[in-house]
Amino acid sequence: MASKNKSPEQKQYEKLEQKHELKRPVLQNCVKAFFVGGTICLIGQAITYFYIYFFHFTEQTAGNPTVATMIFIAMLLTGFGVYDRIGQFAGAGSAVPITGFGNSVISAAIEHRTEGFVLGVGGNMFKLAGSVILFGVFSAFVVALIKTLLQIWGVI
Amino acid sequence: MLKGKQSWVFPTKPVIESSSAVGGPYEAKGKLASDFDILHDDLWMGKDSYEKAHTLLIEEAIETAIQKAELTKEDMNFMFAGDLVNQITPSSFAARTLAIPYFGLFGACSTSMEGLALASFLVDKQGAKKVVTGASSHNAAIEKQFRYPTEYGSQKPPTAQWTVTGAGAAVLSDNADKAGKLVTTSATIGKVMDMGLSDPFNMGGAMAPAAAETIIAHFKDMQLDPSYYDLIVTGDLAKIGQPVTLDLLHKEGLKIDSQKFKDCGLMIYQENQEVQAGGSGAGCSAAVLYGHLLNEMRKGTYQRILLVATGALLSPLSFQQKESIPCIAHAVSIEVHP
Repeated sequence: MASKNKSPEQKQYEKLEQKHELKRPVLQNCVKAFFVGGTICLIGQAITYFYIYFFHFTEQTAGNPTVATMIFIAMLLTGFGVYDRIGQFAGAGSAVPITGFGNSVISAAIEHRTEGFVLGVGGNMFKLAGSVILFGVFSAFVVALIKTLLQIWGVI
Repeated sequence: MLKGKQSWVFPTKPVIESSSAVGGPYEAKGKLASDFDILHDDLWMGKDSYEKAHTLLIEEAIETAIQKAELTKEDMNFMFAGDLVNQITPSSFAARTLAIPYFGLFGACSTSMEGLALASFLVDKQGAKKVVTGASSHNAAIEKQFRYPTEYGSQKPPTAQWTVTGAGAAVLSDNADKAGKLVTTSATIGKVMDMGLSDPFNMGGAMAPAAAETIIAHFKDMQLDPSYYDLIVTGDLAKIGQPVTLDLLHKEGLKIDSQKFKDCGLMIYQENQEVQAGGSGAGCSAAVLYGHLLNEMRKGTYQRILLVATGALLSPLSFQQKESIPCIAHAVSIEVHP
């Protein structure tokens, strides 16, 4: 039964069920996400400055080692079973930054270790991150295409 | 013996000779820790995969139940068991080790009562002298199959439920000496209900109509008043499903005292444990009934209880394909024989 075509009985039940359903505390979640996400970005910024001042990276080139470091930290936190707890608290705050992407890859790799390296880890590592990569690359392509066209037409 | 439309009464009153419950680390910190026979302090339980640990849970529960009845595996005519993993491998693999003639069941989280109803019917009709029945679930193995990797940092909504790591089992027999023993007296088999809810993070809400339907059918078939039971316990409806069920029952004119209406998913954990709406999983009702509730009955706290185990019959594929969640509930009444 598709959820679109609901019978009157089903609609009536849905109303009754809604009365008791606990709602997500959206505002509270947004505030938590803002502060935790902000803190993660603050740490990222600190690491960027660290690479610029101590390892002679420039503002443009410091991005890659920063991302690698953040993912490394996310990997440790995932492995020690801390990242999912941060995730439950922070929601989008810990899911949106690059550490969330790292966590999705690493958690899947750990989860499927018991099915071996090839079919388990290899086959499942990107099961959550795969769609992020696919649609990330695709949207980058579309945006680049639009920019190129606008440049050709002399709009920008 | 059939009574009414969908209920069985068991005139010979099959005896629950013994029962056992096995739990994991999170259950060990819960409210009912003292009612478990075995508690594991680690989800791996010394095995190299969660699925193998899951198999161990049901194996241990069944072995412990048989031992407590002072019987051996060879005395068991049949075994009824089930779980939530694809193709119910943990139960079947446990049946391989135990070497008891086996019926594998799938009723999602209602499996515990599906097993107890069938086992009681079989013993009542002299199809078996001794039967063992059980159900189990393992948090990490089930989350892996139905949701995200355990370490993935997604935020669960307050309606989500925590899969219980646990198993429960009971040995039923046709023992003629019933005085003071626990017996099963009747069972009601539920039909599949679908009220169109499709959120897998709100199973309690989806299962409530099935629970209400089975409870209503039970009292109609048995021509009983809800006050007959000291306690009516649902399987894993948790914080949302339980009040919704009570609402549905009151709407139908069934006067159930909310003090006598409990839910295994709300009983197993402490308030401060982070389980969102409550516990769930095939092992939830099995461990709470075969551990805590039967212990309470042996102590004399309750004389008659009705356990209504509820199951959400979805698969990871069915909800990705935007199907709604069909649900089922089965009820078995357990009494202390005078």
